[in-house]
Amino acid sequence: MDFELPESHRALKASLKDFCERKVKPYAREWDKDEKFPMEVVRELGQLGVLGMLVAEEYGGAAMDSLAVAVAVEEIARHDGSLALTVASHNGLGTSHIRVFGNDAQKRKYLPKLASGEWLGAWGLTEPGSGSDASGLKTTAVRKGDKWILNGAKMFITQGTVGHVFVVLALTTPEKRQKGITAFILEKGLPGFSQRPIHGKLGMRSSDTAELILEGVEVPDSQRLGELDHGFIDTLKILDKGRITIGALAVGLGRGAMEESVRYARERTAFGQPIAEFQGLRWMFADMKTEIDAARLLVHRSAWMADSGQPYTQAASMAKLFASEAAMRACNKAVQIHGGYGYTREFPVERYLRDAKLCEIGEGTSEIQRSIIAREIFKG
Amino acid sequence: MKILVTAKRVEDPESKIKVKPDGSGIVQEGLKYKINPFDEIGVEEGLRLAAKHGGEVVVVSIGGKEVQEQLRHALAMGAHRAVWVNHTGTLDQLALAGLLQKVAEKEKPDMVILGKQSIDDDQNQVGQYLAEFLGWSQATFASKVESLESEQEKNKVPALQVGADGKTVRVVREVDNGLATLECALPAVVTTDLRLNLPRYASLPGIMKAKSKPIEELTPEKLGVDVTPKIQVLKMSSPPPRKAGIKVPDVATLVDKLRNEAKAV
Ligand SMILES: Cc1cc2nc3c(=O)[nH]c(=O)nc-3n(C[C@H](O)[C@H](O)[C@H](O)COP(=O)(O)OP(=O)(O)OC[C@H]3O[C@@H](n4cnc5c(N)ncnc54)[C@H](O)[C@@H]3O)c2cc1C
Ligand SMILES: Cc1cc2nc3c(=O)[nH]c(=O)nc-3n(C[C@H](O)[C@H](O)[C@H](O)COP(=O)(O)OP(=O)(O)OC[C@H]3O[C@@H](n4cnc5c(N)ncnc54)[C@H](O)[C@@H]3O)c2cc1C
Repeated sequence: MDFELPESHRALKASLKDFCERKVKPYAREWDKDEKFPMEVVRELGQLGVLGMLVAEEYGGAAMDSLAVAVAVEEIARHDGSLALTVASHNGLGTSHIRVFGNDAQKRKYLPKLASGEWLGAWGLTEPGSGSDASGLKTTAVRKGDKWILNGAKMFITQGTVGHVFVVLALTTPEKRQKGITAFILEKGLPGFSQRPIHGKLGMRSSDTAELILEGVEVPDSQRLGELDHGFIDTLKILDKGRITIGALAVGLGRGAMEESVRYARERTAFGQPIAEFQGLRWMFADMKTEIDAARLLVHRSAWMADSGQPYTQAASMAKLFASEAAMRACNKAVQIHGGYGYTREFPVERYLRDAKLCEIGEGTSEIQRSIIAREIFKG
Repeated sequence: MKILVTAKRVEDPESKIKVKPDGSGIVQEGLKYKINPFDEIGVEEGLRLAAKHGGEVVVVSIGGKEVQEQLRHALAMGAHRAVWVNHTGTLDQLALAGLLQKVAEKEKPDMVILGKQSIDDDQNQVGQYLAEFLGWSQATFASKVESLESEQEKNKVPALQVGADGKTVRVVREVDNGLATLECALPAVVTTDLRLNLPRYASLPGIMKAKSKPIEELTPEKLGVDVTPKIQVLKMSSPPPRKAGIKVPDVATLVDKLRNEAKAV
């Protein structure tokens, strides 16, 4: 057994570490405060290949694996959860749905521009009335000759306004419920397709989130993605992999919280000594370190299972569940260790705490992860 | 044109360097390594020249198996192929220059680019020895006229200007009292200073492609170089810890202390 990352993954980690320290770390606080989507940096990440990590070389991608995505997302989340969410959702949701289930024409049309970052990808499953109960969606697609007419709304869609390519799930055979859902590719600017930005999020504030409104949006059948009525089954596969990535994002935030706290605790003195000397705080550090390492092991294991073709649904849910909750605990401790200063924007740990909360909600809440893990235990 | 660039493996300046208690060297455990930053600048400049004039960038590193990591880094940045001189054990600057001389004679590049020094031992000798051994012209401390934030830098214009006939290179050098411009006949040896360029980040496709780029293995024996060190490190020690400073209440006290205690003004 070998716990060392492969050389290419170490190189990727080193490259992104340098990039983030120079181009992300100094600005992340402002982006968060102003809810500013850092388009320029996202484009630079595109040039580095970070937006086409899983895409095949023939479509301009880097042809890497899930472990690489996990490594990259952790490294970005170390400094900015929002940017990591942009990278995670672009790679893992929108782009992946086309990459895995698209036909050749769709892949040729969309993947090169998604991989280079010229177009950003978004993925719309959640609706105002359905989140955890995703198959309870109400958006409809009705066939009219060679065309489909879509009506409905999508809620909390990442890259909802900055995105250009949207994968949207809609009911095509309503009486068949989850076996009657199909995916479609929509492009920004289609008549009847509008986006309403959502402001005032607790965290992930510089990630772009929007509501999508579909009012009689017409697309030809060639924009149908995957088989008719197969969209929900495909979606579950996309989500499984996405969860590994959200786990990695949580690991990055937790690690950031810990590293910042180590630095702070060495410098801050109380009662005549650095606060790092107090046993009460040292035990917090011990727990943070142990839980973050354990979370990373779960994340990397689930990525390895996915990359080596094994079933990984349960492993991915365990990784996401544990990493998200470990990150919340670590970030909460980090604010505590920073005392009154931790409660202000002067230090990044309050931002990490707000960002980490999303990991317990997005791509399936912790309750849903527990349901999946338990379902797998009792299966068969 | 063909450009040979060195890629030395050095301790990551971010890791904590500790001298062994017996003074025989530094503690290796837990250290991280990277490519010598001056060499990385050299790789970048080589890539820009090759992009402008066409040709090939060959990187070379000397050391044990682990230096392949630095070669892969340079290959991921875009270098075309690599030469690895496999040798474990200490090497002094003369031996390094001797090995590089043989590699250069074998590869016959138009230019060899090295860092002005490596950030581990800070010797600043290998480039100069190499030029002497090869009998080539040399330009050390290559720098840039514009700032690193300039438009030229953003457009990645090479700072080393190769003449229209491809027979000379114009090098701006950073010297004590400003900048000096040299024109050298090619082939030449150039060493890089900090302000020559901002090296690119290795891209993900670059990292993947680097996996299949060739690394040729050579040894001092194959190159026919005697690498017995002529210089021996007797002892290493940490610099004495810096004493804490003092705070002064106002400028007048500061001036007084500078004048009467430090005798600095
Ligand atoms: C910043 C952000 C970005 C997002 N990006 C996207 C995106 O790009 N695309 C997309 O499609 N969606 C996206 N989402 C939506 C996200 O996936 C949903 O918010 C999430 O799945 C939860 O759904 P909900 O908000 O409707 O909550 P609900 O489903 O209403 O859940 C409310 C509470 O009930 C609990 N609950 C629900 N069902 C059960 C059950 N069976 N057992 C136990 N407890 C249960 C939940 O765990 C939760 O605590 C995003 C959300 C946010 C906040
Ligand atoms: C919104 C806000 C309002 C405030 N209002 C007021 C106000 O009106 N008036 C006022 O006077 N102050 C006020 N404060 C200051 C507040 O009381 C202090 O922030 C608090 O007492 C903690 O002190 P500190 O921030 O210096 O943290 P520190 O004392 O530096 O503590 C840092 C960390 O070290 C730990 N630590 C310190 N000593 C020990 C020890 N011996 N053993 C174990 N762990 C230790 C702490 O528990 C903490 O986790 C306010 C703070 C905030 C954030």
